[in-house]
Amino acid sequence: MTRTIIPFGPQHPVLPEPIHLMLTLDDEVITEAVPAFGFVHRGLEKLVEIRDFHQMIYVVERICGICSMLHAMCYCQGIEEMMGIETPPRARFLRVIWSELHRMHSHLLWLGLFADSFGFESLFMQFWKIREKILDIDEATTGNRIIVSVNVIGGVRKDLTLEQTRGILSELKSVETELKRLETTILNDYTVQNRTVGKGVLTAKQAYELGLVGPTLRASGVMQDARMLKYAAFDDIAFTPVVETDGDCYARCKVRFREVFQSIDLIRQAIGKLPNGEIAVKVKGRPDGEVTSRVEQPRGEVFYYIRANGTKHLERLRVRTPTFANVPALLTMLPGAGLSDVPVIVLSIDPCISCTER
Amino acid sequence: MFTMTSTILRNLLKEPATRRYPASVRPSFEAARGEIRNDIHVCTFCGVCAVKCPSQCITVDRKAADWSYDPSACVQCGVCAEVCTSGSLQQARDYRKPVRKKELVVLKGATTPPKHSDPPVTG
Repeated sequence: MTRTIIPFGPQHPVLPEPIHLMLTLDDEVITEAVPAFGFVHRGLEKLVEIRDFHQMIYVVERICGICSMLHAMCYCQGIEEMMGIETPPRARFLRVIWSELHRMHSHLLWLGLFADSFGFESLFMQFWKIREKILDIDEATTGNRIIVSVNVIGGVRKDLTLEQTRGILSELKSVETELKRLETTILNDYTVQNRTVGKGVLTAKQAYELGLVGPTLRASGVMQDARMLKYAAFDDIAFTPVVETDGDCYARCKVRFREVFQSIDLIRQAIGKLPNGEIAVKVKGRPDGEVTSRVEQPRGEVFYYIRANGTKHLERLRVRTPTFANVPALLTMLPGAGLSDVPVIVLSIDPCISCTER
Repeated sequence: MFTMTSTILRNLLKEPATRRYPASVRPSFEAARGEIRNDIHVCTFCGVCAVKCPSQCITVDRKAADWSYDPSACVQCGVCAEVCTSGSLQQARDYRKPVRKKELVVLKGATTPPKHSDPPVTG
């Protein structure tokens, strides 16, 4: 049997972003996978030296196109903790609403891409059609579809009117109905199950030891979610993480699909309990000290380390994104898998390379 | 089997989900963050927008009464319009039309505006 080395990516039809995998194959079976990064590094962390700490909100938002709001939220929560700022309750609830809308559109994007990775293109289009409704809510309430720019240090920039919250609830209702219609296709269809069940299995022990985060970890049966830390308004909202136990690509798909419904529920709860009052407090002074901040992004937990020295520029900003933690899973999942399963397994961790390389 | 059939049939009977752009254009949302416009006759050239802009695409020359910005570097965050002291900067709902060449938008005020702190001239 001959040993073959096949380069997978950085440009590949199923990859939304550039990651390079050097696959060593024994016939059709993978024996080794070596990933390589560095195609979209932009040096955004270094920008803290020339942009002040208020302007950095708009920079960190652009680390990732999909979880932008959660990057800004994590950064703002870190600075607020450092400066001892108490955000108004309404702002904390509004942050939950927009962050869960972000999770929804990210998961819907992923569900579409995942369907596309095993060649189910019509399902891909159906999910993206539903996603447009969420993007329309974002644009109507914040002014932009993806880079919503609502976070500021001390609260949020935009408020929701009563009419807008009613609009969100009615749109969510139709999103829920349309998603339920697709449930049998994505979860029970013969084609989908044939390509995903039993592929790229990770046991709970393996997943925990590899330090995985987010849906990739929860699909292996480990109940861990940064929202359990009760940041923003999560201490007032009932929340239990979605967990599956099989640890294969199908389980990861199931976790994300169920999380979309969970987000709808969280938004409904947040709108139901939305308190009246201020949406932001005035910020005086400059940050000093160091702080770490964690937030649950659609792909898992994001970690910010911020160090400041009392000037308007921060001294150091370090971002550890969920995909950086999830890539080691590929090195465990790919060996033993067939070449045709590589796109499905790679997509199953929801790789976001712009996040990882910053 | 045939789990997608009902969705396919529904789609065949319904109107298309997409629009025939540019023949049919959806009107912008009221809150949409579009192009930045400056009413140069109201602008006091204070320069706050240039200082606050996260992408540093605005340049203000107080002496020459010049206000310029680079639309291709602008990220349309809307911070400049929010901090504008005179209310001359506004963010429109509509996006900027595509262009063939990258060019700065340079606006020139008629004269250097008087400083607010100047005492009124009395005869």
